[in-house]
Amino acid sequence: MSEAKMTGGEALVRCLENAGVQYIFGLPGGAALPMFDALVGSKIKLILARHEQGAAHMADGYARATGKPGVVLATSGPGATNTITGILTAHMDSVPMVVLTGQTISSMIGKDAFQEADVFGTTMPLVKHSYLIKSTNEIPRVLREAFYIASTGRPGPVLIDIPKDYSSGLFTGDLYPEMDLPGYNPGTGEPDENVVMQIASALSKSRRPLILAGHGALLADANEVLLALAEKLKAPVTTTLLGKGVFPESHPLALGMLGMHGTAYANKAVVECDLILSVGSRYDDRIIGKASMFCRNAVRIHIDIDAAEFGRMIKCDYYCKGDARKVLDMLLPQVGELKTEEWLQTLDGYKERYPLNYKKRGGLKMQHILDVLSEMTKGQAIIVTDVGQHQMWAAQFCKTEHPHTWLSSGGAGTMGYGFPAAVGAYLGNPKRQVWAVVGDGGFQMTMCELATACVNKVPVKVLVLNNRYLGMVRQWQTLFYDDRKSGVDLDGSPDFAKLAESFPGGKGLTLKRAADIRKVLQKAMDYNEGPCVIDALVEKTDNLFPMIPPGAAVEDMIIEEPRANHKLEKPTGST
Amino acid sequence: MNTIKMHTISVYVANRPGVLARIAQVFARRGFNIDSLVVSPSIDGRYSRMTIASQGSAEGLEQIILQLGKLVDVMRCVDHATDVAVIREMALVKLRVDTEQRTEALQICEHFAAKTVDLTEKSMIVMITGNSEKLDACINMLRKFEVVELVRTGKVVMARGDEET
Ligand SMILES: Cc1cc2nc3c(=O)[nH]c(=O)nc-3n(C[C@H](O)[C@H](O)[C@H](O)COP(=O)(O)OP(=O)(O)OC[C@H]3O[C@@H](n4cnc5c(N)ncnc54)[C@H](O)[C@@H]3O)c2cc1C
Ligand SMILES: Cc1ncc(C[n+]2csc(CCOP(=O)(O)OP(=O)(O)O)c2C)c(N)n1
Ligand SMILES: [Mg+2]
Repeated sequence: MSEAKMTGGEALVRCLENAGVQYIFGLPGGAALPMFDALVGSKIKLILARHEQGAAHMADGYARATGKPGVVLATSGPGATNTITGILTAHMDSVPMVVLTGQTISSMIGKDAFQEADVFGTTMPLVKHSYLIKSTNEIPRVLREAFYIASTGRPGPVLIDIPKDYSSGLFTGDLYPEMDLPGYNPGTGEPDENVVMQIASALSKSRRPLILAGHGALLADANEVLLALAEKLKAPVTTTLLGKGVFPESHPLALGMLGMHGTAYANKAVVECDLILSVGSRYDDRIIGKASMFCRNAVRIHIDIDAAEFGRMIKCDYYCKGDARKVLDMLLPQVGELKTEEWLQTLDGYKERYPLNYKKRGGLKMQHILDVLSEMTKGQAIIVTDVGQHQMWAAQFCKTEHPHTWLSSGGAGTMGYGFPAAVGAYLGNPKRQVWAVVGDGGFQMTMCELATACVNKVPVKVLVLNNRYLGMVRQWQTLFYDDRKSGVDLDGSPDFAKLAESFPGGKGLTLKRAADIRKVLQKAMDYNEGPCVIDALVEKTDNLFPMIPPGAAVEDMIIEEPRANHKLEKPTGST
Repeated sequence: MNTIKMHTISVYVANRPGVLARIAQVFARRGFNIDSLVVSPSIDGRYSRMTIASQGSAEGLEQIILQLGKLVDVMRCVDHATDVAVIREMALVKLRVDTEQRTEALQICEHFAAKTVDLTEKSMIVMITGNSEKLDACINMLRKFEVVELVRTGKVVMARGDEET
């Protein structure tokens, strides 16, 4: 087809190809027809999801596994609103994503036309930026800007709502236009050298330093310089849930995850450190607990690309705005080895005294399965989780060694995220084995995507840690509401193994006994024709510790299950 | 600590659909009321100038300004302090005054350098410009007559001297 006769939809697909897009995750409908039509014969592969939420999570998983923006394509009205949970999830966790939605023809907008929804307006608080297309010829410029905004600075989702008359209209414009973004500043300029010197000087006085590495350090590809910095300083490193992977957890300086369900030794380090250096973490309420108490006697340092994060949760002594890697590159030559032997000994003592552990005897335990999984995958697989108890135990027991191999919905805590995100992660990085660690509750929210995984021969291994409960909520009811269970019993769930077998190319396995863990996991690893679901029937009412009750200070961490007659106060924090 | 103060914020924005909604959301989400809002094209037609008056804790407003600055369509965003900026407002006040009351009303107007911009047997419209305190004082005085309608423009702000607004 000659360029002179291109439609807006064709111009759009051409631009997506030029942007290097490999996959589009979506589901069609009337208002998106011109765009789907333009995908026929394109080198971009369309992954047809079974639900637009699944498509959005797949794009998110693709983005987190590759660092490149994931692309979603949905139709107007319900198609577009179905993506919203996925947009929120990406927005909360700074994931680059471009969401394309069809819209009714421009002359019908605002008239409650068929399948019309004000998607531009509805998604406004959940996106980094958004567009409502106003002419066919502006499509390439908007697309270029959208990719740029989504993937630079602090990444995030960008939505483009495209009326059908513009996607089907004749394109007569420029396919390589200039961007027009005078007000956009990604914040990637050079860091302030003075501040970096002040931080170096504060570090030099510290005897009990703690490096807190977050998702921003991962996004900045700062893992190598972070390792160099920690080793040079001889400073221990803890990560947030989303920072897992930026520092190898097998390293002697690694403390694992901190926070509400972090390791006891990481949280002890938070309480006892004399300096905390946050690199790309936003001091989320799940890590600081009671804000006024957090590290109140320590020097607090915050490195972030987004100045709006400064002072938002806690006040710090030093704020350094900039890309984490650039800041650490500048900081590294300015620091020397600190006298931390005593401090590291203290922390090693805590590691011995309060290790992550569980009882191997008795019923089948989530922890045990995850422990074996971690041992068998050796940090080489990509682990994607859903949300709940299984997520936190996976964060504790699955040791992450490499960037972009740990994917989890943190800020939104979206149930249903894990499995579709794992499908997207596999498509983005098929060299790694991909495991989706999900709960019986969350899996049921998006398990229809088994069809998508089967059709595309995606050999994701789905470990359903099946406790027949919405376990995380059940735990809170047990601990804080006198075990009055309300709305947490998942009676009526299917046999997940049989369900998987009912999809063409799907495989199902059941795991009931601790003695079989290794054998069943190995079977799943050996099956590569399509998805393999392990229905692991674990203990129903196991509780997750350590735990800092919401709103409590890190000092008040509960390390082990309290005795049965010990009643806990209702938490003061929100969630 | 968290003293509530009136702030006058100037936002320089791209003239694009949705900009006002995005800005309003930043305030609404944090429970801040917008007391007044003036939007007008700037000297360069591609951009608009917004002046927003809002009251709240300094801390909350600092967050709001940082969030506004992040919006792709916002070029600049500044919270102006009264001593380094000119802040002005205009009000129109419609009074029901008969000929007997008229002289006294005109005296009050004269004192505040207000103008009568409409006059009938039974009513007059007074236009007053200045800072908000002056407007408040004048309107208070005029309340001794029957105020039928009151319209205020909301504040506009401009930085003094070489400072950029
Ligand atoms: C059930 C449940 C329990 C949880 N429990 C815990 C817990 O115990 N511990 C825990 O840690 N989390 C926990 N979380 C997750 C928590 O809610 C947050 O999502 C998480 O702590 C945020 O991590 P983060 O700040 O590293 O990442 P993000 O929220 O992604 O923030 C990234 C930060 O890095 C900045 N940034 C981005 N790019 C760059 C760059 N190039 N350079 C520098 N900075 C950059 C961003 O501006 C932002 O401030 C839990 C979540 C759930 C659902
Ligand atoms: C979409 C959504 N709805 C509700 C919640 C609240 N929630 C958090 S964890 C949880 C229980 C998850 O149950 P399951 O998937 O079985 O995992 P488990 O905790 O049992 O491991 C619920 C309901 C949520 N995070 N997301
Ligand atoms: Mg469960």
